[in-house]
Amino acid sequence: MNKMMSKGIGAPLPRESARRLVEGRGSYIDDIVLPSMLHVAFLRAPFAHGRILEIDTAEARELPGVVAVIDGKDLAKVCAPFDTNPPGVPHHSSPPQPALVIEESCFQGEAVIAVVAQSRAIAEDAVELVFVDWEELPASCSIKEAQSDDAAPVHGGFETNLALRHRLGVEDVSNAFESAAHVVEASFEFGRQTGVTLEPRGIIAHWDPRTEALEVWQSHQVPWQMREVYAKQLGLPQQSIRVTTPDVGGAFGLKLHAYADELAAVAVSKLLGRPVKYIVDRLEAFTSDAHAREANATCRMAIDLEGHILGIDAVVDSGFGAYSIHPRGSFGEAMQAAQLIGAPYNVGAFRAVVQGWRQNKAPSGAYRGVGQPIACAITEDMIDLAARAAGIDPAEMRRINYRSTLDAGARATQSGLVIEELSLDACLEKLLEAMDYKELRVEQAGLRKQGIHRGIGLASFVEITGVGAGLYGPLGLPLAANEACRLTLQPDGSLTCATSVTDQGQGTLSALGQLIAGEFDVAPGMVRMIAGDTGRTPYGGGAWASRGMALGGEAARRACVRLRNGLFDVAAEILQCEPSALSFENGEVVGPKGPSGVTLADLGALCHYRPYDIPTGQVPPMTVEESFLPANLPYITSNGVHAVHLEVDVDLGTVELLDYWVVDDCGTVVNPLLVDEQLRGGIVQGIGAALYEECVYSEGGQFTNGTLADYVVPMAGEMPDIHVGHITTPTRASGLGAKGVGEAGTVGAPAALRAAISDALSPLATRVVKQPFTTRRILEAIMAAENARQQ
Amino acid sequence: MSDDTIRFTLNGRDVMVPATTRGHLGDLLRHEFGETGTHIGCEHGVCGACNVVMNGVVVRSCLTLAVQVAGAEIETIEHLGNDRDVAALQDAFVARNAFQCGYCTPGMIMTARELLNGNTTPCREEIRDAISGNLCRCTGYQAIVEAISDAAESLRETPSE
Repeated sequence: MNKMMSKGIGAPLPRESARRLVEGRGSYIDDIVLPSMLHVAFLRAPFAHGRILEIDTAEARELPGVVAVIDGKDLAKVCAPFDTNPPGVPHHSSPPQPALVIEESCFQGEAVIAVVAQSRAIAEDAVELVFVDWEELPASCSIKEAQSDDAAPVHGGFETNLALRHRLGVEDVSNAFESAAHVVEASFEFGRQTGVTLEPRGIIAHWDPRTEALEVWQSHQVPWQMREVYAKQLGLPQQSIRVTTPDVGGAFGLKLHAYADELAAVAVSKLLGRPVKYIVDRLEAFTSDAHAREANATCRMAIDLEGHILGIDAVVDSGFGAYSIHPRGSFGEAMQAAQLIGAPYNVGAFRAVVQGWRQNKAPSGAYRGVGQPIACAITEDMIDLAARAAGIDPAEMRRINYRSTLDAGARATQSGLVIEELSLDACLEKLLEAMDYKELRVEQAGLRKQGIHRGIGLASFVEITGVGAGLYGPLGLPLAANEACRLTLQPDGSLTCATSVTDQGQGTLSALGQLIAGEFDVAPGMVRMIAGDTGRTPYGGGAWASRGMALGGEAARRACVRLRNGLFDVAAEILQCEPSALSFENGEVVGPKGPSGVTLADLGALCHYRPYDIPTGQVPPMTVEESFLPANLPYITSNGVHAVHLEVDVDLGTVELLDYWVVDDCGTVVNPLLVDEQLRGGIVQGIGAALYEECVYSEGGQFTNGTLADYVVPMAGEMPDIHVGHITTPTRASGLGAKGVGEAGTVGAPAALRAAISDALSPLATRVVKQPFTTRRILEAIMAAENARQQ
Repeated sequence: MSDDTIRFTLNGRDVMVPATTRGHLGDLLRHEFGETGTHIGCEHGVCGACNVVMNGVVVRSCLTLAVQVAGAEIETIEHLGNDRDVAALQDAFVARNAFQCGYCTPGMIMTARELLNGNTTPCREEIRDAISGNLCRCTGYQAIVEAISDAAESLRETPSE
């Protein structure tokens, strides 16, 4: 083992602890079976908007194997509806969302009746026997419909569909635009997407009336949040509930939320006093998982003669769906889509108006990147349009406008963004060199003469990571947003780390183990990780906003330092030296005279078995707990630049990806093997967003593409190899310096593809507007330009 | 054997189960035999997470009715660790970190094993083509391509006995 590896940071160690997953020995939610467990299937609302006139469950109840048929009124007796109106979010409103529809259903796929049976198959059969007489109500589905003057109300409790209105920046930007050499203006549309975890959501709930305790196993990112959600909704003491997240087959933000159907499953267990399992099937996943990204926007940008940005003026309309999703609301995507516009640049005057609209569609919520991919796409398209207007190369346009820090004395940007330090210049320089940018431009110009339309797209991004209490607290959201580590030295010298961080495949737990092992210079196998269990881990967030290493890593590092300092006090007495003169090498204490012969195992045995032999008589703590949130920062900011090279077939409207590069600055990289594939995986999801993925609703609000054959996600054959580079600027917010990397790929990739496709089409004087950029939309853009030329 | 039971070989073991007409092979393996390494992702044959080997050929267990396996030989991820190709693939998947959540991995390895059985020197495009029926939502596929390539190489370097 070389020196670098032995100290933990920077070693590309494989995840040996995850080997069981490649051997088929994972334990995902559907793999767990409890004695006397029952199964739930839901009857779901068939219309975008409806009212229940009558329910007849008699026939369903008679089917052998059916245990209970439960409607919204039954469930309301033990379970309150979600109230998602955080007091710190002004001009935001959401109707109460019951676990099961009580009278009015507000989107197709909303859970209406729970059928509980001996098996899922029987429960599904019985669902077919439930009769509901519906009155179909007028619906508002698209954002445009929802915002029109005569729009049908999405929910009977509200006259209009405006769920959020907020302005970021100044009221008046007219000076910047009046003095500009060029003003460019464009509109944008972003189709609805969903996270598509390969393992759908799932839950097992067991209310045990004997102990009055609720145990929940859930495929989820944030067990502590869910403990508090269930306590509140069911009126139970927090400490009577234990939430465990087993192996999770992908999450991506989709498994960050509290879902009505999962709450219903928990409430059913409370009603029946039996363990209950509910696994979402693929069609249910498409129609009821959190959706994301649906937005329309317009943006104006003013620049001076040299291409410096003088002002940005944007309007973003975001589609919320029927309810603001619980508990964090649907406003995060809308707010970040507006707030991060222009984030990488010195933008002069800034104004962005953001509005959220209720729609008779599934609620929207967090999905990898949360609004930032929208902001990045708008920004980078505007930069390209402005560069074209000013006759400046797109890379140069970016370089001359990059922001590196906040203006002197400023607490935040005009949009309210708190930025520590950016390294976009260095990232761009490394990227342009890696891709041989100038040569590619020469080649592109040559090929254009032959009628070959290649495009080069650049996308700079700033990403908010490690979002903590500094953001949630002022919004009035009672969320565990710190991350914690409880570190124990066992008598045999091995270490146990119980962490609040959860891992859905990112490898965070392996990297934490690697970090801890490095602090004591022991093999990673000497550290046992415990996570995803409110009964066994310290209080904290879990997984969202790229926080695992940035927050959880720092908590672990601090715990290591404290545990080690206590051990050094003991060792210093034994070795008769100063504690500050000690270090660990290969698990052994090294003092002023070199290796001491005192190992971590010796210290573990001494402190646990023979404390009376400690010279000071003071047993240091064998378990220490540290919790971390950056002081004075609501979040950390990472940054980077993406580039894609692609070819558009202007006759077919198809896009072939030729190459992809990213240079990312996520601060300290603990394990590059994990970090690089986080970036690649994020980029491929971003490519899916750009080219394929869209939840297509009919005009009447019916979800029309609810299979994986119809909702297309990226497969291996179409994806390029992706070249990853790093610039490393450790954050000063922590001793570790990690900033987070989970979303960086998804934030930048859609913008890079949008830019590259529009670059490829630029000789035809057209650009793409609506994401995803399907062959049809690309052809429509080309034909519209042709028609305009002929007129 | 009565009409309402079926017999087949599961991972080298003769087994007998009641023949239920509505269930698919994936559910049968998971619920009747507790072989939970085979994962259900879409239940309509697109994602490949449920791939198993039936009579030497990779099939979607979600598209295979349970009764179709009467008399067949079924192999699943749990017991293929002794298979030389599978062991090489598993080692390479770990070494390259060619998985994140692991939900797609057993099915992916089934497909990769079939590729390597028919092609000991697959190029990157052939690998990408072969696994294009297996959805991985976490990785960017690149590490998977590299892992399969590495496994092929290590199998070439250590000929079977």
